[in-house]
Amino acid sequence: MADNKRTFDVIIVGAGVVGSLCARELARYQLDILLLDKCSDVGEGTTKANTAIVHAGYDAKPGSLKATLNVAGNALYDEVCAELDVDFDRCGTYVVGLADGDESTLQALLARGLENGVPALEIISGEEMRRREPALTSDARAALYAPSGGLVDPFQLCYAAAENAVANGVELRLNTEVTGLWRNDERIVGVLTPAGPIRGRYVVIAAGLWADTLMHQAGLDSFAIRPRKGEYFVMDKAAADVVRNVLFPCPTSVSKGILVTRTIHGNVMLGPNAVEQDDKCDLSTTQAGLNEVMEGALKLVPGLDSRHVIRTFAGLRAGGNTGDFYIDAPRSTPGLVVLAGIESPGLTAAPSIARYVTALLGESGLCLEPRPAFSPIRHGIPRFSELDDAEREALIAQDPRWGRIICRCEMVSEAEIVAACHAPVPARTYDALKRRVRVGSGRCQGGFDQPYVIDIMARELGVSPLEITKKGRRSQMVVRRTKELRA
Amino acid sequence: MKQLQCDVLVIGAGPAGLAAAYEARRTGAANVVIVERNDEAGGILPQCIHNGFGVRALGADLTGPEYAYRWIDRARKEGVGILSRTMVLGLEAQRAVVANPREGLVDIMPRAVVLCMGCRERPRGALAIPGERPAGVYTAGTAQRLVNMEGYMPGSRYVILGSGDIGMIMARRLTLEGAEVAEMAEILPYVSGLRRNLVQCIRDFDIPLSLCTTVTNVYGRDRVEAVELSTVDERWRPVPGSQRRVPCDTLLLSVGLIPENELSRVAGVAIDPVTGGPFVDERFATSVPGIFAAGNVVHVYDLVDDVTESALAAGRSAARHAMGLDGGPRSEIELAAGDNVRHVVPHRLDPGSLEQGEVLLHLRVRRPIEAATRIEVWADDHRLLSRRLRYVRPAEMVTIALQEQHRAMLEGARRLTIHAQEA
Repeated sequence: MADNKRTFDVIIVGAGVVGSLCARELARYQLDILLLDKCSDVGEGTTKANTAIVHAGYDAKPGSLKATLNVAGNALYDEVCAELDVDFDRCGTYVVGLADGDESTLQALLARGLENGVPALEIISGEEMRRREPALTSDARAALYAPSGGLVDPFQLCYAAAENAVANGVELRLNTEVTGLWRNDERIVGVLTPAGPIRGRYVVIAAGLWADTLMHQAGLDSFAIRPRKGEYFVMDKAAADVVRNVLFPCPTSVSKGILVTRTIHGNVMLGPNAVEQDDKCDLSTTQAGLNEVMEGALKLVPGLDSRHVIRTFAGLRAGGNTGDFYIDAPRSTPGLVVLAGIESPGLTAAPSIARYVTALLGESGLCLEPRPAFSPIRHGIPRFSELDDAEREALIAQDPRWGRIICRCEMVSEAEIVAACHAPVPARTYDALKRRVRVGSGRCQGGFDQPYVIDIMARELGVSPLEITKKGRRSQMVVRRTKELRA
Repeated sequence: MKQLQCDVLVIGAGPAGLAAAYEARRTGAANVVIVERNDEAGGILPQCIHNGFGVRALGADLTGPEYAYRWIDRARKEGVGILSRTMVLGLEAQRAVVANPREGLVDIMPRAVVLCMGCRERPRGALAIPGERPAGVYTAGTAQRLVNMEGYMPGSRYVILGSGDIGMIMARRLTLEGAEVAEMAEILPYVSGLRRNLVQCIRDFDIPLSLCTTVTNVYGRDRVEAVELSTVDERWRPVPGSQRRVPCDTLLLSVGLIPENELSRVAGVAIDPVTGGPFVDERFATSVPGIFAAGNVVHVYDLVDDVTESALAAGRSAARHAMGLDGGPRSEIELAAGDNVRHVVPHRLDPGSLEQGEVLLHLRVRRPIEAATRIEVWADDHRLLSRRLRYVRPAEMVTIALQEQHRAMLEGARRLTIHAQEA
């Protein structure tokens, strides 16, 4: 894959939601862009395991990049999600005060929010809060209501942005790890990969948890990323009868606390806790962590029924040591733009980070000539489960595979699976497919669909079922044929 | 949208659906249709290639596919229509909207419905087993389909959590396919599946079985590399220091079956939180008039023969309802689970029904009693009948027959309570 002769204008390292939105933003201009990721799919890092909330912006310290980009990013969500056909619900969020000191915390958040420019914040009484969320604990004394907060599907935003970037000429290379920066004296001239070096005039590091490793190569030694694990429960949609809103407790010094929220797809999610660790790959859940999350969630909504749990997972926040996002084009290394410490509210800020980075590149000398053919519009795969009967009939008439339901819990048709296998950023693993069409996301967790899906994916991708993996590398779903004789 | 009228609509073409449809036709319903979401009829039976099916219902010891074939054949010969690859999108008492690749959407208007959706397996997430989330964690039934129908081995070295019947049967099956079953772990102090499977699938194959043991961690980032097993105390809490790491590439789960009632809820059918299935009377009528339910959707049975038997009764009732032969007003008695009884099906019955023949009460005990046990049925404060069993185990459903002779004592009673106590 290493093509020494070709020189990209911009190489973006990391195809998470931030890198993918940057690629899409830069695709508006006449630039040759390469988007790289070491994983088998886009969004395999922090993007795939977070709270999926579009924050209003009252948390961050006024004047910080976090505060500015959060509020600006939040305001862009309607437009970005409409253009990219991404599920987004500006349903508002609540911070609930339960203890004595919490009312003053809420006042402080309100004041900070006003300073950050968050619109329409309001403190409501405990009584009013319980009217809006009847299952809430009777301990609720007051709440901060942020109408501009919302829910999004972060996987979807990421692959939608990557697909739109690819449709506008960006080249995406997955399974490509950047092992180093290629420099000529001080200036960046590309990146190093196991398959060989790749030339680029500008390199944007959007490598999440691994951003600091690459920064250190550019002499930015003082920045360090300390992973902070957050564990979660996902509950069956049946639990959504109990939880209607996005409910945060009052924040602590390390996190926004363990929240109880419905998700954009109608499940209920509990979490996260916050545990610092060294390992950037350890996404395991622990009994202690899960207990902490359940206890925390029950403080807000005592009636949660743990029998509704269908999945647990953990994600790592890519927290930096400055307390703020680090987004800069360091003078010491011309051609380099660094995005690091993009922890919460990174997802919310991502659309504005993309604009900010584009401006930084422009100031660094990158020529930003608009590309007339750019189209910001991307069409996703229709979801059979969300269509009305007339739309369903029309699609089945067009292609009978729309009428063959493979995933019964989430009601996903064969046609959706086929479409995801052939999308501009195709699903090549079971988990990638799950993020795109929700197979296996429901209450049976893939028990019924997996044998069928392995078969359909193998057929569509032109590989043996033995090559279908859960998440790339050596994560095969099945290991051999039966009756196969082994030496 | 295409429209289809029928007398009885059966949802699901597993053993319950096939028997219900067959019996509905034999009872006289003219037009009986089964909708099935899978490619083939038979439900879970085609993947159950072991024998032991049909000894009671058909007088022959058959494999799952053979048993399924017999009932598919019987249903077809009775003129039952089977629509496969058909998913029910919406359900009301007299209306079902289904999707099918050939027909598009079809609006079905039945006079009676029989719910026969069976059950699903409890997945890893429902147990919240901590650890990594690699490939190689499967429910036993999914693995069974992969091995027996698709021809693929999910792994090479297995740990099986849970001693349910499918888990034990898969332990033997995987061994026969050349894989290694390192260990079977069961959190309870006793095996949760049938004794015959313990003997024929675990002991005969020298598979190590650890009781009071559970999985407390899963290792492996891509594919399972090992699991951590821990001994548990009487409250199922892991005993500190008892952890041991067992290398394997696959974790199979056989930790319980859940009646699949999402569609029943859509139709407004009341669900018993104990069984996870609809409240039913002795006709297998649910809380919604015209909707009946049979088989594992009501409560999880041990044996397919019992599923078939319950479905024959439900099919008969549905046909009668469709034909307007429901009969006059009913006077119902409630059934209650007493000492050491987890649940009883049916939930209510009309003593008048005993005129037409016996009514079977199916119950499951809470805890095993490995000694002579008395099952007693009380009508309010009168003992109606008492039966002595050699033992009772939660894994083995107990069946009690009420007969015409009991009718007199039932008239006027408000509640029937069943106890299972050491004799």
